[in-house]
Amino acid sequence: MAVGKEIKTKIASVQSTQKITRAMEMVAASKMRKTQERVLAARPYAKKMGQVIRHLAQARTEYKHTYLLDRECKRVGVILISSDRGLCGGLNSNLFRKFVSQLKEWDEQGIDVAMASIGSKGEGFLSRLGGEVLSSVTHLGETPSIEDIIGVVKTMLNEYDEGKIDRFYIAHNDYVNTMTQSPEITQLLPVYTEELDDQLTHHWDYIYEPDAKEVLDQLLNRYIESLVYQGVLENNACEQAARMVAMKSASDNAGTLIDELQLVYNKARQAAITQELSEIVAGAAAV
Amino acid sequence: MSMTIHVDIVSAEASIYGGLAEMVFAPGELGELGIAPRHAPLVTRLKPGEVRVNTGKEELDFFISGGILEVQPHLVTVLADTAIRADDLDEAKALAAKKQAEDALADKTSDIDFAKAQAELAEAAAQLQAISRLRKTR
Repeated sequence: MAVGKEIKTKIASVQSTQKITRAMEMVAASKMRKTQERVLAARPYAKKMGQVIRHLAQARTEYKHTYLLDRECKRVGVILISSDRGLCGGLNSNLFRKFVSQLKEWDEQGIDVAMASIGSKGEGFLSRLGGEVLSSVTHLGETPSIEDIIGVVKTMLNEYDEGKIDRFYIAHNDYVNTMTQSPEITQLLPVYTEELDDQLTHHWDYIYEPDAKEVLDQLLNRYIESLVYQGVLENNACEQAARMVAMKSASDNAGTLIDELQLVYNKARQAAITQELSEIVAGAAAV
Repeated sequence: MSMTIHVDIVSAEASIYGGLAEMVFAPGELGELGIAPRHAPLVTRLKPGEVRVNTGKEELDFFISGGILEVQPHLVTVLADTAIRADDLDEAKALAAKKQAEDALADKTSDIDFAKAQAELAEAAAQLQAISRLRKTR
């Protein structure tokens, strides 16, 4: 029967789209679990480092590292962490919107901004946005290693060391739960050391090998890297969660679309049958 | 009961070891360190090498490629590096990241992502088709 051929092909095409979105949903769901595990695995390191730095901030009075000292803010550095791929709902655009409104705020205060990006969506966004982009890295994949981000962080830290930037931020998505990811802009430098450890209020100091400055340099350097790395991992988990949700709603939409098309198809077929019958009846009556 | 000290070995990418030990040996920058319980507070950089943890029953070995060691009287923390580090290597990576940013800026018409996503989608569709064909013939 020739009726509704177009509708049939349309249904078939929507069905194959639905298959893809459903497959992507399931892939994202399994990847999400893995990325969450990775976030958890990286947490102890940053936590331990934070602890040591808090101890150091308390113990030592004569040597203060520049990373721990606040200075007047004329120019800031931001690393924008985004995903490499699209099809993950409004994840990146929400972050970019927040980022732009923060840029506006800085602009009103007369603060310059130096930018860097991790992830190709952010890279593309920054190049469209214009402005100064110091460094960029893309395609870290699902298992980013700390090695991949060293370069980007280093360029920012160099700027900070040279006094070209006075604050250092990262913009990334924070993983709240599967349904919620909140874009955040977090300050990394100067390091906040407000939460003090109560047990260590008496006067004491570490033995430093080789000396305080070198140890502290390396420690703070690693600390910043680990925070950025943590941001990348969180963003990864967000990406998978957002993709899973987006693909789920796409599959659901495809489902309703198929139902509607099926209804239209059935009606058209019924109409054709009725018409044929009435033609036959009319023909028979005429004889 | 003999005295013990808590040891944590963590790297940025994973937690490697956590437990009690009678003695810990680590490759400090100024020579190998042996840390017994109630050691004085100490921070030092570590060279690439072996961290040995003596639990009293057995000795565990962990290879690290450098890092930082923190000692508190009842706690030893090894913050291990996962990457091979050197100042000039870091600098080279920084330069590479800079270059990428410049390249990205030069190439403003990069709709590669979109094309790539489309290609991936097409590939996925083809795979699905192949699978469904297989199912039918079976």
